[in-house]
Amino acid sequence: MFPARFDYYRAESVDEALALLADHDDAELLAGGHSLVPAMKNDGREPSVVVDLDDDDLRGLDLGAGGTSVTVGALTTYADLAEDDRLAQVAPVVQSAAREVGDRQIRNRGTIGGNLAEAHPAADPPAAVLAADATVLVQGRDGSRRIPAGEFFEGQGQTALTDGEILTGVEVPGQQEVGTAYRRRTHPATGYALVGVAAVVSAVQGTVLDARVAATGVVDRAVRLSAVEDELLGSSVGDGLIERAAGKAGDGLDEERLRSDPQASGEFRVSLLETYVERAVSDAVDAAESDGMF
Amino acid sequence: MEHDITLTVNGRVESPTVESRTLLVHALRDQLGYTGPNVGCESGKCGACTVLVDGDAVKSCTLLAVQCDGSDVTTAAGIADESGTGENGSDDLAPLQEAFVEDHGLQCGYCTPGILATAEDLLAEDPDPDRESIRRALKGNVCRCTGYQHVVDAVETAAAYRRDGDGSDGASGEASD
Repeated sequence: MFPARFDYYRAESVDEALALLADHDDAELLAGGHSLVPAMKNDGREPSVVVDLDDDDLRGLDLGAGGTSVTVGALTTYADLAEDDRLAQVAPVVQSAAREVGDRQIRNRGTIGGNLAEAHPAADPPAAVLAADATVLVQGRDGSRRIPAGEFFEGQGQTALTDGEILTGVEVPGQQEVGTAYRRRTHPATGYALVGVAAVVSAVQGTVLDARVAATGVVDRAVRLSAVEDELLGSSVGDGLIERAAGKAGDGLDEERLRSDPQASGEFRVSLLETYVERAVSDAVDAAESDGMF
Repeated sequence: MEHDITLTVNGRVESPTVESRTLLVHALRDQLGYTGPNVGCESGKCGACTVLVDGDAVKSCTLLAVQCDGSDVTTAAGIADESGTGENGSDDLAPLQEAFVEDHGLQCGYCTPGILATAEDLLAEDPDPDRESIRRALKGNVCRCTGYQHVVDAVETAAAYRRDGDGSDGASGEASD
């Protein structure tokens, strides 16, 4: 299977890529290519121009002062995220999700920026950046802007990026004072998540002070599960709190947006979601406990 | 649009002219004659086309050849042949390949070149992987004949050979222990 014909340009800076995007109406950006190339082979995506973003400045991690945040360059591969000890310290939920993406070969080549911009509704990183309360960094011809992760994902393949803008990175606040976890059930056919849940929980003396729980795979985009978070917030861990919170996983999900395919109906995904919320939150609480927060 | 690119394949410098849309696997197989990587699912799932690009296992059906301009590519044959030319029917098997022979890590063999490339990447990073790590590393390589028991056995054996510096001088039939 071959992609349709197109013209390929390599851009070694964001400015060069922005200029190429501006010059060609129907250009697509390639950032690793592990969503775009398969889509061009099998799903009828036929851009006339592909701009290969190959800017070394967009690779790797940049730690903020004192580990308060980490900025991950858009072209950082999942494999780099999976192996970076600094990320394990500062933003472990992003690392946990990166380790679950696809398989070894895909992790070697696919990038976090490509993943977020592609907004696949069952990709792992979107749930992690939502739970981490991250900020998406964007550059356009008129300058740069910051988009909270919570406002970034709009639907399947739909984001807050406008035409001609480039996602340059994601800034993740430090998560040292919390327990985090990412748990997923792999879709048997696609390798994406059937259901994936990212949880970030902080607590003092057994009381949950903050909880962010996000899911992928269930509806047409990654979403925060606010009903679960509300149930956890201010409550004491124990007496079935986590189970009770997990039972709210489907509350507030838009039924019209539920994903369904021959392997898993929408109803089944919601049922799985409760289980995976329980596992992710339990693991996050365990992680927090091992840090002595409970 | 066409591009003149340079690839170092199994140690040999190649300078093919490729279309923008030419996939790495087709440049290797159809233009340059390196038939190690196989074309399987064509959708990035089966891993039969896996090669090493700059030392990392990647699926060559999901990369444009032009993306790899300037890269170092190693196919399964390149793992074998210490002369670096590969694809020449050399019987100078690497320990990893010896192990697949000894442990019956293949039946039809279609998936094997991809599995070897992924295993090479794994063993370069982790010389002593446990069985779970091997299974996890091979998630992106599908075998429809054997199941994976013997494949995992073979990678374990290969890891032991490499740690002991053994198994590179012909099939001895002995697992190191």
